[in-house]
Amino acid sequence: MALLDYLLGQKKKPSAMQARDRLQILLAHERLQAKAPDYLPKLREEILQVIAKYVDIDDENLQISLDEENGFEVLELNLILPESKR
Amino acid sequence: MARVIVVTSGKGGVGKTTTSASFSAGLALKGFKVAVIDFDVGLRNLDLIMGCERRVVYDFVNVVQGEASLKQALIKDKKTPNLYILAASQTRDKDALTLEGVGKVIDDLKADGFDYIICDSPAGIEKGAQLALYYADEAVIVTNPEVSSVRDSDRILGILQAKSKRAIDGETPVVEHLILTRYNPSRVAAGEMLAMQDVVELLSVDLLGVVPESEEVLQASNAGIPVILNEDTSASEAYKDIVDRFLGENKPQRFLTVEHKSLFKKLFGK
Repeated sequence: MALLDYLLGQKKKPSAMQARDRLQILLAHERLQAKAPDYLPKLREEILQVIAKYVDIDDENLQISLDEENGFEVLELNLILPESKR
Repeated sequence: MARVIVVTSGKGGVGKTTTSASFSAGLALKGFKVAVIDFDVGLRNLDLIMGCERRVVYDFVNVVQGEASLKQALIKDKKTPNLYILAASQTRDKDALTLEGVGKVIDDLKADGFDYIICDSPAGIEKGAQLALYYADEAVIVTNPEVSSVRDSDRILGILQAKSKRAIDGETPVVEHLILTRYNPSRVAAGEMLAMQDVVELLSVDLLGVVPESEEVLQASNAGIPVILNEDTSASEAYKDIVDRFLGENKPQRFLTVEHKSLFKKLFGK
């Protein structure tokens, strides 16, 4: 197969590069997670309860994450509202 | 002043014990008084790698529990002067080690005039691994150029920076070193293996050295000899460089490219 790829001039990304790229993304994500305050899951739970009083939403439709941008810590809250029934 | 060094990795089977054995033997060869402690309670192996498995009478847990003195439990290495081994217990469970107990053993070793205390960590991030790194002044992170090993090393670095005594007490942080083991330059050249620069960049830790993948490591462990003592092998040379760099010598990195054996060496050499 390798010979065929070579003859056809197809070049796959070397697997070591894939490893590096995947790790770059993963480690950045995991380092942030490790630094995230302990109250985040509880905060998420309580926000969800408040929203549920007014809108009928799914548990998975609320995402909370802590990111760093330009030296500021940003608490990002992402909520997908259900389509309103007519 | 004695230094406590933890050899750790998160992942198992990457070469922690091999590295602990050769690193401590290398420091002892330089004239330092060295104690190497196996923290892997229940799965002791350092004694086997160092070839003293038949001389273990008392172990680390016996000392921590006050059932034996440190003097009774320390095994004097037969091949290298100034080197002492404290074996892990094979029969007890992990809870036999306590933070205070470990701290007392380390203090007693310091009082006994040891220059370096090497803590060979068990795999994982549980209690045993955390105990091994708690008192560390410096850490040697052993990593393979492979995704899961790099990820686990990053995790253990996070734990060092958060849960070591130095981190908790707000002292100067634990000094971190990286040793990349099982490195295969020809696979790196073929784009099949993470390159040294990539791993160093991903983990952002200073590189102490690269140990090439070699048959000699298995042969040394078969014989119960730290591979650093097997003269004229690449692994031995690599670990000697690592010890020199650790002691402050400025040696260029080796074993990063494929070595082509000369025809003469192929025919007559090893």
